[in-house]
Amino acid sequence: MDHDPFRWGRPNDATYGKYNNQIANATAMPKMNTQQPIVTGTSVIAIKFNEGIVIAADNLGSYGSLARFTDVERLFPIGENAVVGISGDISDLQYVGRILEDLEIEENYDSDGHSLRASHIHEYLQKVFYHRRSKMDPLWNSVIVAGVDDDKPFLKYVDLLGVTYSAPTLATGFGAYLAIPLLRKVVDKEEDVANIDEETAQNAVKEAMKVLYYRDARSLDKYSMVTISKSKGVVFEKNLHSEKQSWRFAKDIKGYGTQVV
Amino acid sequence: MFRNNYDGDTVTYSPTGRIFQVEYALEAIKQGSAVVGLATKEHVVLVALKRNAEELGSYQKKIITVDDHLGIALAGLAPDARVLSNFLREQAMSQKMVYNRPLSVEKASNLLADKAQKNTQSYGGRPYGVGLLVAGYDETGAHLFEFQPSGSVLEYVGAAIGARSQAGRTYLERNFESYTNATKDELIVHGLNALRDTLAQDKELNSKNTSIAVVGKDTSFTLFDDDDVQPWLDRLDSTSNARSSGGAGDDDNNDDNNNDDGANPESKDEEVKDAAGDEGANEDRMETD
Repeated sequence: MDHDPFRWGRPNDATYGKYNNQIANATAMPKMNTQQPIVTGTSVIAIKFNEGIVIAADNLGSYGSLARFTDVERLFPIGENAVVGISGDISDLQYVGRILEDLEIEENYDSDGHSLRASHIHEYLQKVFYHRRSKMDPLWNSVIVAGVDDDKPFLKYVDLLGVTYSAPTLATGFGAYLAIPLLRKVVDKEEDVANIDEETAQNAVKEAMKVLYYRDARSLDKYSMVTISKSKGVVFEKNLHSEKQSWRFAKDIKGYGTQVV
Repeated sequence: MFRNNYDGDTVTYSPTGRIFQVEYALEAIKQGSAVVGLATKEHVVLVALKRNAEELGSYQKKIITVDDHLGIALAGLAPDARVLSNFLREQAMSQKMVYNRPLSVEKASNLLADKAQKNTQSYGGRPYGVGLLVAGYDETGAHLFEFQPSGSVLEYVGAAIGARSQAGRTYLERNFESYTNATKDELIVHGLNALRDTLAQDKELNSKNTSIAVVGKDTSFTLFDDDDVQPWLDRLDSTSNARSSGGAGDDDNNDDNNNDDGANPESKDEEVKDAAGDEGANEDRMETD
């Protein structure tokens, strides 16, 4: 495009002074915000049970299709009765981890018997995420906040758009397609939560993590799981491994159709 | 010759480590009419004596609602109380907006304290000239805090501030056992009894000059004024709404605090000063409520 102001009918410099060439010489993109996630974490999955919640996420930080970092912790216990599971961009995950830590410190200054609960953390994160997407500079994550709030299981989702919803089973990313159908076999609706015990919920999550490892190309068989219950509080299990995988059938598969040897 | 060189501003310490401007601010509270607060585990009550500048004037509001679960009563400069209550409202709304939770009563009081303390630390400003009783109910129960412009905040089961408040405080101290487990209604009556003891000789509580507020379990902050106060006044055991005539130490200008054993030498002349300030005979002073 022709940026010469005189060709656009601008009076000579004597009338309005010299033309500010910075305008014409400005770059096409004056400022760029995050356009895409770089190092990423895949699914976070979670389920409610009668006394609390189970949440799990694997320990992989992918760099595109490269499985670059294999010891990334994506579950953050906050306060007494809450845990935040984060998927998506890992640098943004680290930032969210820091603001959650700040939040916890700020909360402890008062020491007035009030504690930061899962619902408070979720509300806060929702505000942060929606604020950032409104600045056209989102935090590229999907987050599940889980915990025991007011003696009841709490489970709620929030993502880079500030979208939130709640359900007895939740999952981000690939988990939404692969894990949720499995978890919903255990807990289909809110009324079912009362009939599910801790062990059943944990087994369902372990099974779903295994299926995710089978089918999600950005997943790992090493993962962490947090169980929060009324009676036992926060139980953080690290370095779990997807056990009892079934690969033996593979030896019988040959070629892609007609091949028999 | 005996001019005080150390009371010009809030940033000057006296040789004995006092900040006179802050102490003067505390005096402004004593010029205001009395407010009484008392709390059980489940409820907090604020009662206040309202003043009108003249016979034809309206009565100055003494209790301000902050949120569903929180409110304050003031003694001292009403404009300063408006500033502080608006600040508390902002803080309460921000807690609702950001965390979806009510502002804790202790946090509210600490925020006030920090705000007031800042004013005592920088040149050019002045301390707030108002004392507050902060009443609220949160997940840790019912709470009553007394706020002073020095930045001091303390929690009480019973507190009274303002003119002649010592008499009200004495009532609260003497009847401490009977109201700690009281019901909401009993608590209000105790509050009114304490407030009645702060009255000047020829004054009495009526529906125009009395404000009542209550907050607690399953009770959001409710303010009773004018006609709504009358049913509560009718509950007072004495036939008269004037201050009780019997009882040692309740007579005007006497030191009410008999059990102090001289531990509080200031209280005597304070009472005398309060009595003078209460009659509105000080046209040259700044108006306090």
